[in-house]
Amino acid sequence: MQDDALKTADQPAHSPQEEGHHPTVRAYIIIALILGVITLIEFGVFYLEFNRILFILVFIVLSGVKFAIVIMYYMHLKFDDILFSRLFLGGLAIAAAALFALLALFQILGA
Amino acid sequence: MAQAATTHHPEEHPTNTGLDNRKLAMWAFLGSECLFFGTFISTYLVYRNQSIVGPYPSDVIDVPVTTVSTFVLLMSSFMMVMTLYSIRRGDNRGFRVWVLGTALLGSVFLGFQVFEFREFYIHYGLSPTTNLFGTSFFILTGFHGAHVTGGVIWLVSLFGQNLNGSLTQKDSLRVEIAGLYWHFVDIVWIIIFTLVYLLGANDGPVGAEASEGHAMFSNLVSQVPLI
Repeated sequence: MQDDALKTADQPAHSPQEEGHHPTVRAYIIIALILGVITLIEFGVFYLEFNRILFILVFIVLSGVKFAIVIMYYMHLKFDDILFSRLFLGGLAIAAAALFALLALFQILGA
Repeated sequence: MAQAATTHHPEEHPTNTGLDNRKLAMWAFLGSECLFFGTFISTYLVYRNQSIVGPYPSDVIDVPVTTVSTFVLLMSSFMMVMTLYSIRRGDNRGFRVWVLGTALLGSVFLGFQVFEFREFYIHYGLSPTTNLFGTSFFILTGFHGAHVTGGVIWLVSLFGQNLNGSLTQKDSLRVEIAGLYWHFVDIVWIIIFTLVYLLGANDGPVGAEASEGHAMFSNLVSQVPLI
């Protein structure tokens, strides 16, 4: 029967085994410190004067690192079911594709 | 089957995936929210440096103040994971402290945003109708602020539910779902802070020669038939 294949949703969501894979309080604090330090670095870099392309790359890399840390460790995507990652990253990929398509259409990227 | 269904807790739903549908729905919603904010961010970037009248980003944007508000929002994300950590362990007192702390930091962030909007309007005369920068900036940051406001209300309601006993350790998934939403508004702000503030703070007026993008846009608009 198909019913036999159905599983109870609450069991896998919070089983002790799965909890064990989630970061500890110490890890959460370290992550918060890393996020704070990256923000301070961004603030410092803002006042430096160097190559414009490098300037843009540094900010994109730093914000990308913050973004990845939050979704992987605070939103637990690294530890959760792959389907959640597919749903979220799928939307993100379409949004990014639309953004680059618009920028290319209006020739912003080459300007 | 009918017998099995009646023995389930009302919040337990048998699913094909073994995943809770509420959490799945929240991730699908967040995926769609990427598109929602993606359109506003794209619009902001397309209209960047296209304002023909001031004030311009270089006149109004205050990076030090926004860095502080960004830091506040990042720390609220830390408090949110501690909120979930507490409720999962049945620590109601800890849950209440952390959830109120998260809501408080969210409110402080909103306070910064209100301060910023007020400064822009009163001191520089920038409103959503002033120029392209004003329109795209207020729409993007305003919708983000509306999301934060919704999150604060959600967190306060969780606090109230815990106080009256309708939110306990076994309901931690509801806190996790609220947490996902909260972290999402945080990551959206990470992008906005980089693109609008750090990379756009020195943006000025449209140059004497319109950029190719602007020229192309003007060309496109001129071809749209008037209704």
